Amino acid sequence: MVKDFKRIDMGKSMNKPKLKIKNLYKIFGPKGESFIDPVKNGISKQELLDNHGHVLGLNDINLDIPEQRIQVIMGLSGSGKSTLIRHINRLIEPTSGEITVDDEDILAMSQLQLREFRRKKTSMVFQKFALLPHRTVAQNVAYGLTIQGQHEGVAKEKSHKWIESVGLSGFEERYPSQLSGGMQQRVGLARALATDAPILLMDEAFSALDPLIRTDMQNILLDLQKDLHKTIVFITHDLDEALRIGDNIAILRDGKIIQKGNPQEIIMKPADNYISDFIKDINRGKVIEVRSIMQKGSSKGVSLDSSCPLEDALKILNNEKNNECSVVDDKGKKIGKVTLDAAISALFREKSLKKSEKYK
Amino acid sequence: MDWLAEFPSLGKRDLRDLKKGIDGSFREWSRSNGDAIEAFFDPLYFFLVWLEKLLIATPWPIILVLVAAFAYLGSRSWQLALGSVVSFMLIGYFGMWKDMMATISLISVATLICIAVGIPIGILMSRYDRVQSAITPILDLMQTIPIFVYLLPVVMLLGIGRVPGLIAVCVYALPPIIRLTNLGIRLVDKEILEAADAFGSSYRQKLFSVQIPLALPNIFAGVNQTIMMALAMVVIASMIGVKGLGMPVLQAVQNQYLTLGLMNGLAIVALAIIFDRVSQRYGQRLQAHRYGKEHE
Ligand SMILES: Nc1ncnc2c1ncn2[C@@H]1O[C@H](COP(=O)(O)OP(=O)(O)O)[C@@H](O)[C@H]1O
Ligand SMILES: [Mg+2]
Repeated sequence: MVKDFKRIDMGKSMNKPKLKIKNLYKIFGPKGESFIDPVKNGISKQELLDNHGHVLGLNDINLDIPEQRIQVIMGLSGSGKSTLIRHINRLIEPTSGEITVDDEDILAMSQLQLREFRRKKTSMVFQKFALLPHRTVAQNVAYGLTIQGQHEGVAKEKSHKWIESVGLSGFEERYPSQLSGGMQQRVGLARALATDAPILLMDEAFSALDPLIRTDMQNILLDLQKDLHKTIVFITHDLDEALRIGDNIAILRDGKIIQKGNPQEIIMKPADNYISDFIKDINRGKVIEVRSIMQKGSSKGVSLDSSCPLEDALKILNNEKNNECSVVDDKGKKIGKVTLDAAISALFREKSLKKSEKYK
Repeated sequence: MDWLAEFPSLGKRDLRDLKKGIDGSFREWSRSNGDAIEAFFDPLYFFLVWLEKLLIATPWPIILVLVAAFAYLGSRSWQLALGSVVSFMLIGYFGMWKDMMATISLISVATLICIAVGIPIGILMSRYDRVQSAITPILDLMQTIPIFVYLLPVVMLLGIGRVPGLIAVCVYALPPIIRLTNLGIRLVDKEILEAADAFGSSYRQKLFSVQIPLALPNIFAGVNQTIMMALAMVVIASMIGVKGLGMPVLQAVQNQYLTLGLMNGLAIVALAIIFDRVSQRYGQRLQAHRYGKEHE
């Protein structure tokens, strides 16, 4: 339980950005470019649609995605998540803006370079799996390699290890239609991993699965990530999933990023009411970690891990004589202290506000 | 008020001159180019004659074995294989063996030509919307224009015989395979195509590893319809000298030989049923993995 929420580091990663997105706009429609200025001047998505018949897909996106971390992009349906992730491998062309990968401008690539980039640098997992129904599991996993021109026999040999890593050994010769949804998405994941691309794009990859299966898949992904250290862009509309998976989270609304930060920052300092609403139903005791309510100083007695969730911390704090504990980082070094009072007020801040409004 | 009662038309003389002029120039054109055009179709003629002779020369037991094998491999059904063999034996027993072989060779060659011409055209239509909008009206025309109207110029050019008959059959049987190839490719799941793109497929890789395999059931339905339409043309093709089961039917109509007409007609129907069932079952097997098990 505690382990689930443990981060590789403090989330606010020191890794340099792998992917940089700057001033990205996407306006769907025949004359998208001519509406950049109105959009910059604040015309709303609805106005643009009603008066000009164009759809505002992305509105001034700026995002640096750090190397070897999981960047979650979250938002409700229609907020532009799929549009954004498809710009990274240029399945969708931007109306204006810049996208670089390892400081290489992907918008300047020719069709041939782009194809090579997609083969070697990125791979993608889809919401509805998008497997080839006429090919076996093994052939599906080998698909990316065969596209690179590798012989099918060799490709199948190489993909074997990935089939194993997602727990599908023994299913190599089955067809996708013979597998459950969860198993199909394991194939999708193995297919994406098999090309060894450093960037993994996942568009609501687990959204179509039952909650239990979804948790399984999240575990598989997190386990694999410990060894693989890919740069993952993970899209979801589910807050629990975002908090669980993400090292960093960006929240989209109507094509605009309204907050970005690590999970703790988003829970502790929601940027606006929209996000407060979003996070009001989460189990704060499970999600908030003691590092988020840490103060200067130190204390005698038991120390807590900085990534310990409040739920577990409460009991320990309650048992301590003066209701406070030191906080240590993952190397065991003391970095501060927490108090029971701070823990309790962090748990109830949101809810008490709501209640007092209600019972006025 | 006379001009209201009668539709204002071209004068009789002008009309006759117009028709004469067009006929004359076409006749002249076909006279000067006929040989070249005939030479162009020569390989087709030789292939057709060769196949027909081969089928007739092959001992009938071998043909029966081949029929059984073809029916069984296509449909995986013993009943259908047995039914096909019995039908062939009956048709042979009533003296129509040679005509049947001639018809089968015509249908086979026509189907092969339609596949070779139709599938590439269908692929082009699916790739370019402009090609689709250019070709669709031509296909509509091919399917609605009365057969005799396009038989005429073919006969004027190539005379009477197998090749003009074959061309007439192909013109009539080509549209369904083109349409269904185009449709099948256009219906391929967008997300799967996106996956192919995301992994860096070239157009050619996408075509051969995704679009055609996924469109295959539809393409095959097109092949099936093409075979059926080719069979339906057998009698009409016999009017321009194509040998086979159609010829006796034509004679029967002209001379009121009821039994002759019925027997050959039934033989054509039997062939149609066999081709249809075998190719349909084969088409269904192609889809086996496409849906969940319950659809198999
Ligand atoms: N090809 C398109 N043409 C026009 N509008 C589009 C197109 N694709 C997406 N949109 C619009 O862009 C917005 C964002 O869509 P999308 O990125 O699919 O959202 P999400 O993935 O967050 O549900 C939506 O309003 C959608 O209707
Ligand atoms: Mg989406």
